[in-house]
Amino acid sequence: MLSDLARQSLAGLRLLLVMTVVLGVLYPVAVWAVGQGLGDRADGSPVRVDGVVVGSRLLGQQFDGDAWFHSRPSPNDHDTLASAPSNLGPLDPGLVATIRERRAEVAAREGVEASQVPPDAVTASGSGLDPHVSVAYADLQAPRVARANGLPLAQVEQLVADHTDGRSLGFLGEPGVNVLELNVAVAAAATGGD
Amino acid sequence: MTDTVGGVLTIALLVALLAAVYVPYGDYMARVYTSTSHLRVERLVYRLSGVDPDAEQGARSYAASAVGFSLVGIVVLMAVQLCQAALPMDRGLPGVGLWMSFNTAVSFVTNTNWQSYAGESTLGFTVQMAGLAVQNFLSAAVGIAVAVALVRGFVRTRSGSLGNFWVDLTRGTIRILLPLSFVAAVLLVAGGVVQSFGDTMMQALSGHPQVLTGGPVASQEAIKELGNNGGGFFNANSAHPFENPSGWTNLLQVFLILVTPVALTRTLGTMLGNRRQGVAFLGVMGVLWSLALAAATWSEVTGQGAAAQAAGAAMEGKETRFGEWASALFAVSTTATSTGAVNASHDSLTPVGGGVAMLNMMLGEIVPGGVGAGIYGILVMAVLAVFVAGLMVGRTPELLGKKISARQMTYVALYTLTTPALVLVGTGVAISRDSTSDAMGNAGGHGFSEVLYAFTSAANNNGSAFGGLTVTSDFFQVTLGLAMLLGRLVPIVLVLLLAGSLAAQGRVPATAGTLPTHTPLFVGMLVGVILVMTGLTYFPSLALGPIAEALA
Repeated sequence: MLSDLARQSLAGLRLLLVMTVVLGVLYPVAVWAVGQGLGDRADGSPVRVDGVVVGSRLLGQQFDGDAWFHSRPSPNDHDTLASAPSNLGPLDPGLVATIRERRAEVAAREGVEASQVPPDAVTASGSGLDPHVSVAYADLQAPRVARANGLPLAQVEQLVADHTDGRSLGFLGEPGVNVLELNVAVAAAATGGD
Repeated sequence: MTDTVGGVLTIALLVALLAAVYVPYGDYMARVYTSTSHLRVERLVYRLSGVDPDAEQGARSYAASAVGFSLVGIVVLMAVQLCQAALPMDRGLPGVGLWMSFNTAVSFVTNTNWQSYAGESTLGFTVQMAGLAVQNFLSAAVGIAVAVALVRGFVRTRSGSLGNFWVDLTRGTIRILLPLSFVAAVLLVAGGVVQSFGDTMMQALSGHPQVLTGGPVASQEAIKELGNNGGGFFNANSAHPFENPSGWTNLLQVFLILVTPVALTRTLGTMLGNRRQGVAFLGVMGVLWSLALAAATWSEVTGQGAAAQAAGAAMEGKETRFGEWASALFAVSTTATSTGAVNASHDSLTPVGGGVAMLNMMLGEIVPGGVGAGIYGILVMAVLAVFVAGLMVGRTPELLGKKISARQMTYVALYTLTTPALVLVGTGVAISRDSTSDAMGNAGGHGFSEVLYAFTSAANNNGSAFGGLTVTSDFFQVTLGLAMLLGRLVPIVLVLLLAGSLAAQGRVPATAGTLPTHTPLFVGMLVGVILVMTGLTYFPSLALGPIAEALA
């Protein structure tokens, strides 16, 4: 049995090396080669302003200040080298307190009742890099962003609508507003470029 | 469109897609494992590896190959991680520490893909694609090979052989997993999943610098789901937008997770020449999966628990683009198979949602279970069910024309004891250590749930986690590593010995007294046996964790 195990293991080692070439090198390179024909999605869907990459449409960023739409709370400050959720449990008293604090903060920032603050504004996402906020949270922020940028509210609301990703095929997943692309559009409108 | 309509339509589309490929994919796999001819590329693999593809192996030899191949895989994968700094595309990262490399090597070779490391900050591209992703394929192919060997045990009569492990392994990889992964990977790239070989530093619009992380993600993502592996390229796994960018990529991933274990019931039926048996097993799996999905979806969508009530919805740890419905669907599917990928934080699931995730694993990964592992798991439970039925009516139990005697029941009993022993002893030892409370990310009952979840996930080779638990101490690296290793290899050896003992038998003709095992009656009986076994084994530990939380 033991000598059989040793003999089999040697065959296994040789097979593993052969398979490493096929599965570990040829396969990913082939996928990469095909991916190059699919636009810049394989490179992380970069968003450019004047030719300069300012982010990825799929990665949430930290936005502070009144001129920007804010992303959802992130346990890691949107560090892409440390994607993570909070991992706090459903009954955790600390999490409940944090949610209440966030609710008060958002309500004060947007000048609305605490009860109007939507769930995604007070909860951290699964990755800490959620590129979206709910349509409700974007609508809540629109008046402040319009004011801070000196833009008509109707124009900002139109930008929110333009940058809302609907459900895939109309029913898969849930709609969300892409915060980075929306902020790029707001900045362009504020400087008169759009 | 409301969330409810979208959620229900999503589940309906998933079931329709699975139904559409069930017959062709299942029968294709049956042909792969019964064909007598070799592809040219396969002959090349055999020649380079020095194996004779036409030699037949008995149970002991087949087991020696499977175990030997796994042990070699662990040694090589450890070495690759320890030498990371000397490899190309290391992203400037140092070699992985000894016990983390042990834990990770065992994790990927055993098809668990438990992750004590954070991908983006620990591993370079070479380790990920030429180390980890290779085992994603091979560990899945090993699982299917063992399942096929057990089916052959039922098919063959007075035979000393179960087939050839190297042929089964190579065919599963080359004819099934590789082509499907390639198609899936290309689809994922089209959906926005990254496939590149470098990171880019950028000046983000907000003014904060941010790294646009690259990597061979799509190629790894495809096999991660198809092979029921679950180890994410990034720490956040399928919640990360670069792994799972949209609603439709999420559905594709759930489909990939379920398609092979589901279709393997057809493969089993076709190979047995008894397709109704495959449908009966699928029925058992479908019933339990549906119950789990209903419970988890109810709990997540209605936002149970103090945190969800404070926030207005159970969105802590969930991504906006998925919401509660698609997160519950993913959580149930990933834990009911031995995948362990996550698109939401399981630690932050509502009490019932997290409890269902744990219970799914405790069922033994059979609804529908891991690729291959689900089939041999449900066959072992079916042996147990006919044994229980035989006791009730006082007849010698039979399954699929094979007598179930003391020898077979010994293997089955050891099989059903192995995983619970690893889970409960492991959890008990961990909880008795003072340092464990410091490792918990949550206090009270949920902290206990984190530890119970960790050992349940490791021993059942799932790999998902209540991620708040810090598992980088040597204690957890070693004990969870051993739980994964024993939870994989001991059942595999027992299954192959069972297969050998069945293949050696003749066939008992069915008589009026034979319990038919393809009927709704037997489906109900098997569901009952599975639930009673799991309940008796785990109820006390569940009561301390998730049940206490759900009632709080």
